[in-house]
Order: sequence, then C-alpha cells, then structure tokens
Amino acid sequence: MASEGSDRRLSAAVKIVVAGGFGVGKTTLVGSVSEITPLRTEELITEASSGVDDLAGVEQKSTTTVALDFGRITINQDLILYLFGTPGQNRFWFMWDELARGALGAVVLADTRRLDTCFPAVDFFERRGLPFIVAVNCFDDAYRYGTEEVRMALDIDPHVPVLLCDARDRESTKQVLITLMHHVMADARLARTR
Amino acid sequence: MSTGTEAWFDDPLVRPYAVTGGRTRSSQLGLDLITLVVALRTTAEVDLQPEYAKVLQMCQQPISVAEVSAKVDLPLQVVKVVLSDLITQGVVIFRSAINPAHEAPSQQVLQAVLDGIRRL
Repeated sequence: MASEGSDRRLSAAVKIVVAGGFGVGKTTLVGSVSEITPLRTEELITEASSGVDDLAGVEQKSTTTVALDFGRITINQDLILYLFGTPGQNRFWFMWDELARGALGAVVLADTRRLDTCFPAVDFFERRGLPFIVAVNCFDDAYRYGTEEVRMALDIDPHVPVLLCDARDRESTKQVLITLMHHVMADARLARTR
Repeated sequence: MSTGTEAWFDDPLVRPYAVTGGRTRSSQLGLDLITLVVALRTTAEVDLQPEYAKVLQMCQQPISVAEVSAKVDLPLQVVKVVLSDLITQGVVIFRSAINPAHEAPSQQVLQAVLDGIRRL
C-alpha cells in the first residue's frame, strides 16, 4: 500500500523503540550503540488539536514541540536500523502511535528508583501487541533489585524478558538489543504457528 | 561576543508552515520517520525556494525523513510536506519502511538485524 511509488534501489529501514520515563537514560542507551551522535527531530503540535491531524482553522492556538531523539545502526548495505527514544512527557501519547507503527519491538528502560514511570510504556506495548523487553538501567546510587522483583512490581508476563543493564555501556546495550531481537523472533515464530 | 541580538536569529524568521504554504498534511505517500529518501538532482539543477533547496541538499545521499528533519532543523510535519512535493516533482525518490504495520517482519530481516547488532 504505502510502498506504491516507493523505490527498490534504496536500502530499507527498520526501527526499534526505546521507551521509559523522563531522565531514565533512553538517549544515553541509543547513543552507546549509534554510529551517529543521537539526533533530535521535533514535531510541532497545536495544544488544541493534540491527537488530531488537521490544523485547519486553528492557526490561533498555541503550538508546542515534542522532541524525539534517535540514532542509527547500518546493519548491511541493504538495511538500516533506527533506534527511537519516546518523548519523556506522557501527554504526547499520540506520538507513540507513529513511533510504534511498524516497529520491530521495544525496549522499556526502567529506573528502580522510579519504577512507576515505566507503567504507561509497559501498558502501551502490551495493548498494542508489540513485543517488548524490560531493561533495568543500573544507576550507581540505586539499590540493585533483582530482575524477578522488577517483574513482579511491574506485573509483567513470565515470557517477557527482564534484564539489568548499564545504558552507558556499549556491550551492555548490545546485550539488551540482542535479548530484544531473540524475543521478537520467538514472538514471530509463535505468531506463524497460531 | 555573545549578545542578545544573536538569539534573535536562532529561531527561523519564517513561520514553519509558511514554508509549505500552510499545508500540514503530506499527501498520500505515507512518508514516516524512517522512510528513506534520496535526491535524483542537485540543488544547482532545480530552481527551488530556500527551505526546499536545503532539504534537497540533505538528500544527496540516502537518508531517513527523521534525519532530514533533524539536520535542516524543521519540524517533521513540514519536512514531510516538502519531501512529498519534491517526490511529486520527480526530484527525490523514496523507499517506505520495510515493515508496514499490517505485515509481520520476515525472519530474514529479523536475523539480519540480530547479526548486525552482534557485529557492533
């Protein structure tokens, strides 16, 4: 459908979404594996028409911007992977729709000092049926909870992987993405047998 | 020297949607954040208004819509409209995301992504 007029000479792109509360380290995680310094793109929204696509006739309403940070990994000459951080503020839910649409999967980055900030993300991906994992970013001064404690606190299904990570560390972030891809592939296999 | 007058020019002097003639929708091409675009012509070959020329300049190598938006410092919605116009004019070509919402990603694509991450 959308590919009509689209050109096969270009390589293709896929994306992974990195979600979590404000300041949990999403951009740090993206930056630790991205081949470019994370870029920021902004979307203009009129406050009055949030969630609605049409700005016609609302020129007088105030506008605000939502920032999305993202990075890039060239997989091979035909395939590019983009990693998108979700906007930190929960009121920009409608941006999540565009982010999640067509995504391979999502990483919910959690901070054990503020676990509740990732409830909305977990809820969103569960409802949306997008495969996700939970990565607990281990801040230096945070008490290290076990993954099972986090799983129970977030009430996550047993089949959803939960792991500890250090978002600043490239190898640790690689492990997070590898865990996600295994989960996505298992999910896809399951879908085919259904 | 940094004076207050410089800050004046940090923001574009033209309102963002003035660039697109007030249009906020980008036709039916279905451009999204990771649609890849590339220019077929250089800015020297086409006569364009400044923002269009800036966008075209950015697409001389394959690049995603999100990257164009970040690099020319225009909102996503505006860049989508500009790119749609350039595509309609035949100056830019595009490739949609590999994984439209209604389609499950192929196992080959998933395996390629996994292998690529492992190689990092």
